[in-house]
Amino acid sequence: MNKDKVLPHLFRTEYRKLIAVLYRHFGFEHPEIAEDIASDTFLTAAETWGLKGLPDNPTAWLYTVARNKAKDYLKHGNIFTQKVSSVIQTGEAYLPVTEIDLSDKSIKDSQLQMMFAICHPAITAEAQIGLALRILCGFGIDEIAGAFLSNKETINKRLFRAKEKLREEKVKIEFPESKAISSRLDNVLKTLYLLFNEGYYSSSGNATLRKELCLEAMRLNYLLIENKLFNLPEVCALLSLMCFHASRFEARMDENGEMVRYDEQDTSLWNEELIEKGKQYLSKASKGDKITKYHIEATIAYWHTIKADTPEKWDNILQLYNRLLITEYSPMAALNRTYAVSKVKGNAEAIIEAEKLQLNGNHLYHILLGSLYKDTDMQKAKQHLQTALKLAKTVAEKKQIKKDLDKLEAS
Amino acid sequence: MNDFLLIFRRDFNPDEAQPSPEQLQGMMKSWQDWMGSIAAQNKLVNQGNRLDGDGKVVKPGRVITNGPYVEIKEAIAGYTIIRAASLEEAAEISNGCPVLLVGGNVEVRQIVPM
Repeated sequence: MNKDKVLPHLFRTEYRKLIAVLYRHFGFEHPEIAEDIASDTFLTAAETWGLKGLPDNPTAWLYTVARNKAKDYLKHGNIFTQKVSSVIQTGEAYLPVTEIDLSDKSIKDSQLQMMFAICHPAITAEAQIGLALRILCGFGIDEIAGAFLSNKETINKRLFRAKEKLREEKVKIEFPESKAISSRLDNVLKTLYLLFNEGYYSSSGNATLRKELCLEAMRLNYLLIENKLFNLPEVCALLSLMCFHASRFEARMDENGEMVRYDEQDTSLWNEELIEKGKQYLSKASKGDKITKYHIEATIAYWHTIKADTPEKWDNILQLYNRLLITEYSPMAALNRTYAVSKVKGNAEAIIEAEKLQLNGNHLYHILLGSLYKDTDMQKAKQHLQTALKLAKTVAEKKQIKKDLDKLEAS
Repeated sequence: MNDFLLIFRRDFNPDEAQPSPEQLQGMMKSWQDWMGSIAAQNKLVNQGNRLDGDGKVVKPGRVITNGPYVEIKEAIAGYTIIRAASLEEAAEISNGCPVLLVGGNVEVRQIVPM
């Protein structure tokens, strides 16, 4: 590897490991310590390696430095607690001076435990995703702000408040009790699902960052599967869903970074390897008697990987959307169901179904109606696209809608 | 928005022959399509249940008879709870119910809010 890239690369892979282990050690009572030690370790590395060149084993070097810094902190902290707190009665907890365990198992356990701690219903979904990106994925505040189309201050505040809340709630960084696994896992899966969707559907123009969010969600999902406690059907179903979606990464983006719609994609760009992986996890997911919404969505995604545009394909997709909506309503599923109706029963029927939805404030709703009307009622098709243009929030979306409008004008 | 109970009634002793597997599949699909359409409008409160054909009717004086289906053409086959702005809208939604295709009917009743 190019020497200049070693440190950024290690930051990507090792920061998140250090911080998870340190967090587990110090707990949410001292959130700043873990982050300080992890950041400080990398600062020391940058300075030392800059002066003296790379050590033989940079990762081991980082671990040693982190371990020593943690030990120093504990010694210092305890002296302070012992000598001073008796006078000022801070009631600060006494932390034993133990080694920070940076073995592979300890790192993985720490990351998983951290995952359960962060995905806590006491904090908002946005805060959960933010903390996951910071602590489990080692993202910088800038990157998180980019992912949320927000700014540094807002994200910093949000993460700070979330950590405060976790401290107040006395959330422990540990594995859930065996009888609570299923309900705690629900929260974790929900966060991973949202993290993936943030990358897959978000309107952020930064394509690389978006893809990275998806890959991080998959990595964390895989971390769960690797541990036999959490290798459960719904976990496999979610990973299967992500694999099927991710298989279209290359096809859904053109060379200018613009979105290519499903029916306009070059199917030779679909990633067969990921489709195969998705099938494997879907078959693992079908063991057991529980059918979650991830199972239904993964099966829908499976049908989308089939290239031939047959009536059978769309009929299956429609039935699955029916089931999904009966299980849990979402506007996105309602719109996708309507698209499937158009494929199975034709546009006229789909228009009747679409107009019942009344999602008037949703630009995707008007895009759908625009495309359903375009063969029969040009005027209405245009009106819907113009409404969509007004409602769309991002430049990329507006551009896409304008393109559709131009196409209509030309036809 | 209020909740409405839809009660599906139909003849449990139809004159027609047993439907074929394909017909059964088609019936199932039309129910799923109808339910899916309600759910897509975020108006499905409770999918409800289908009821078994067998039943007993308990009357005063320890009189217990087998279900009322021998005498009457219509028995409750199932129920669903939906959400709608008015009784009229709930009735309109029920208009698409597949039970109507097999000679049945839907009774629409508003659930009295607590």
